[in-house]
Amino acid sequence: MARIMTKPDKPLLTRDQVARRLARDLEADWVVNIGIGMPTMAVQYVPPERDVILHSENGIIGMGPPPEREEDIDRDLMSAGKGPVTLIPGGAYVHHADSFSLARGGRLDCAVLGAFQVAANGDLANWKVLGASAGNIGGAMDIAVGARQTFAIMTHLSKDGSAKIVDTLTYPPTALGVVTRVYTDMAVLSVTEDGFVLEEVAPGLTAEDVQAACDAKLILPDTLCEIAA
Amino acid sequence: MKKKKAASLEDAIANLRDGSIVLVGGFGYGGVPETLIEGVCDSGLRNLTIVNNNAGTGHTGIARLLEEGVVGKMICSFPFASESHVFKELYAAGKVDLEVVPQGTMAERMRNAGAGLGGFLTPTGVGTEIAEGKPEFEMDGKTYILEKPLRGDFALIKALKADKRGNLVFRKSARNFNPVMAMAAEFTIAEVAEEVEVGDLDPEIIVTPSVYVDCYLVTGG
Repeated sequence: MARIMTKPDKPLLTRDQVARRLARDLEADWVVNIGIGMPTMAVQYVPPERDVILHSENGIIGMGPPPEREEDIDRDLMSAGKGPVTLIPGGAYVHHADSFSLARGGRLDCAVLGAFQVAANGDLANWKVLGASAGNIGGAMDIAVGARQTFAIMTHLSKDGSAKIVDTLTYPPTALGVVTRVYTDMAVLSVTEDGFVLEEVAPGLTAEDVQAACDAKLILPDTLCEIAA
Repeated sequence: MKKKKAASLEDAIANLRDGSIVLVGGFGYGGVPETLIEGVCDSGLRNLTIVNNNAGTGHTGIARLLEEGVVGKMICSFPFASESHVFKELYAAGKVDLEVVPQGTMAERMRNAGAGLGGFLTPTGVGTEIAEGKPEFEMDGKTYILEKPLRGDFALIKALKADKRGNLVFRKSARNFNPVMAMAAEFTIAEVAEEVEVGDLDPEIIVTPSVYVDCYLVTGG
């Protein structure tokens, strides 16, 4: 069980604002895998002219947004989250083994995944809660291990107030040492060899607020930026 | 030319036996061999091991297989989807076994079986519960675990078209696990919307060559 932390009595970012902040860091021409749930929300904030190529684990390379008209929904063209999507011009289909060859083979510039916990050494937990006899792995283990970098997007604290930014995982790990950046409703953090560096804080929050909501020591930069929400 | 077209649904699945390992294609709505699954639901078979990404949602497809008592074990990557009520209930009651496998490992284990290999080394799962009991290897400073091939007695797959030899083409992301499952099974049964003459499929776009297909059922849908 992770420690219960202090949640600041101040407004935090909405899920949309966190998604929008993360989307700014998805660079032009990157190949990106987007996990289900909160990560999917980031897609709408990536401008098309950036030409980020989205990989969907079920064999879509160049996944486009959901179709605008209901009559264009195609049951044979769905995302990993089982929602209707489209194919961008120049997109391609592959089978499952090829799709994961691409992921493990280092062709993903970035994976955006949800998380239960992220540890100071970049360990990721997102498949199984503590004490459960089983959980959902999906494609997360392969994708986190294979991607050149992994962005975790999540609320800063669990619903019960326990820490998700931790020194050492208390949840079963998904992959070791993979997370490079963390985007939450309180902060943007990077994971370095020395541990978490607090890069940006949500408007109205202080570094102390964020530290009080982390069960890991944060390294403070010389200048702390505010998240442009 | 070997005749692979099934005369009926019953004919297509006639070889399945109690306890068979059955690879079932599909991911979400796409590429699910719905007709073949319905046939197995009505077959009275017992104790099948079903390999699919999920453990069924709602009350159709694999959820119905579970509900009919056909399934002894599920091998999947994402068993607890929000609509997987049937599976959750059976699993909680200890009435069905479960093996959770990372999705890419699951696909590669089947491809491996189809390719005649005895296993492969993957970085996926290192340092996690998935690695427990599996040999670890260090190579060029990176750690890998040994994963074994996953072979099926049967594969139930879905394709868009088959020619009369059994060559298959797929549609969009309905391709998913279907081609690797076709490779990995001793006996592959394909459900197809349409049958065409030999020569009608451009050989450059055939995804699953006929050698992997033992039988196909034309459903027209």
